[in-house]
This record gives sequence, structure tokens and C-alpha cells, in this order.
Amino acid sequence: MSVVISKTLDLKGFACPIPIARTAGAMKEMTPGEIMEVLATDPGSVPDFTAWSKATGNELIEHTVVDGVYRFVLRKR
Amino acid sequence: MKTDILEAEQALRELDEKNDGLVIFAWSGELDKIWPTLILATTSAAMGKPTTIFFTFWGLFPLIKEDVRITGDNWMQKMLSVMNHGGTEHLKLSKMNFGGMGPAMMKKLAKAHGVASPHELLDLAKSLGVKMVPCQMTMDLLGLKREDLIDGLEEPAGATTALLEASGAQTLFI
Repeated sequence: MSVVISKTLDLKGFACPIPIARTAGAMKEMTPGEIMEVLATDPGSVPDFTAWSKATGNELIEHTVVDGVYRFVLRKR
Repeated sequence: MKTDILEAEQALRELDEKNDGLVIFAWSGELDKIWPTLILATTSAAMGKPTTIFFTFWGLFPLIKEDVRITGDNWMQKMLSVMNHGGTEHLKLSKMNFGGMGPAMMKKLAKAHGVASPHELLDLAKSLGVKMVPCQMTMDLLGLKREDLIDGLEEPAGATTALLEASGAQTLFI
């Protein structure tokens, strides 16, 4: 099944708590089941996005790192 | 037996829901304390937790509008506002302040590392639905009026409101 990304949030260069806070804000605008992609450079965002996904129930489908850019793919709950 | 377990599970769930919030008592008005206060509050709201900051004593000064300089009705309150510049742009560090050089360097470092300023975090907190409650008693004591403070705050309230909100929630005094 291919994943259709409805929104990409570029949060490269921002430190904690901006990546999580902006993601949460943007997630409010989405409908359940929609997929959002977030790009960040904050190394702390890896454990933080995992924890946020656990806390909010928005599923972290995958996270990868390429050249210091972390990419998180999330499905709205 | 089975109903007992179900009832216990239900009670635990209710307790969990009640315990899910975060209440921060923002007592200190210093840059290095307002910063973590706002970082924790915005993150907590982003995690979907009901979040409240109760601003009291020195913690009220960062909430003063940038274009309001002298506050208070009498010379003591006015002197206080002269000595303690309100707003997020004039906050001091709790250590290594060096007459304002410390905060200037800290802000420069923050910018270089992509750390949002207290002003940006206040806006973010508002947009994420953090309830920000100024303490009525200390506002009166220090001579601060509602119109001296930024928009988007809850109505000023007292310790009872703060403690009721804090009941069962995670609490921090910063």
C-alpha cells in the first residue's frame, strides 16, 4: 500500500520544542487517517517524536535520517 | 470478580484522565526560568494535555506589553517597574547577568541554535491552547493592571483557582 502524504512540514534548523509544537498545531488541521511528513534537524526530535506519537496516538509510520535531516511520517489519529 | 476488575480499571482510567494535565506556577520572571516554563507548557499542550500556567509575583513581569514602561499607582510600585523592566525583551538571567551582557549573549546563542525566543513561545503557547492565568493578588500588590498585560490571557484569578486546576495534575513551581 502506497502512502499518500497530504502535508509536509519543514522544521529544519529549529530546536526543541518547535518541531513537536508546530507538528501538533498542524496536525489539528488534518483529518483522521491523513499522513503528514515532518523534516527536522534537531537530534532530540527522534526520541521526542516517538514519545509524542505514544502520548497522542498519532502513529509514527516511519522515521529515517539522511544527511542529518530527520524525516518523520505520521498518520493522524 | 470480573466486574470488580472492570470497575477498578474504570477508576484507574478516570484517575489517569484527571492526572493528565500540567500546571506550572511561574513565580520567577528571569529569562532562564521563563524559557523552560514556556518550553514545557507548549510541549505539554502539543502532547494533548490540558496545560495551565499560573503567573505570580516576578513571573508577571514578562507578561507586560512591550509598549508599557512604567506601571503602578504609587511611587513604590512605579519604582519597582523602573528597576524591573517588564516584557519578554528585557528579562535578566538568574546568574551571569553581567548588567545585560549575559542575556544578550544567551539570545545570540539561542538564535544560532534555532531556539525560539520567549516571545515566540508565548505566541505558540496561546495558539496551542495553553491557559495562562495571571495572579490577581500579586497584580494588585505590584501595581499591574489587566491592560498592562498582553492579550490572550485568562481572567486574573487567585490561589484557589490555581490549586483547583492543579488538583491531580502534574505541578511545577518555577
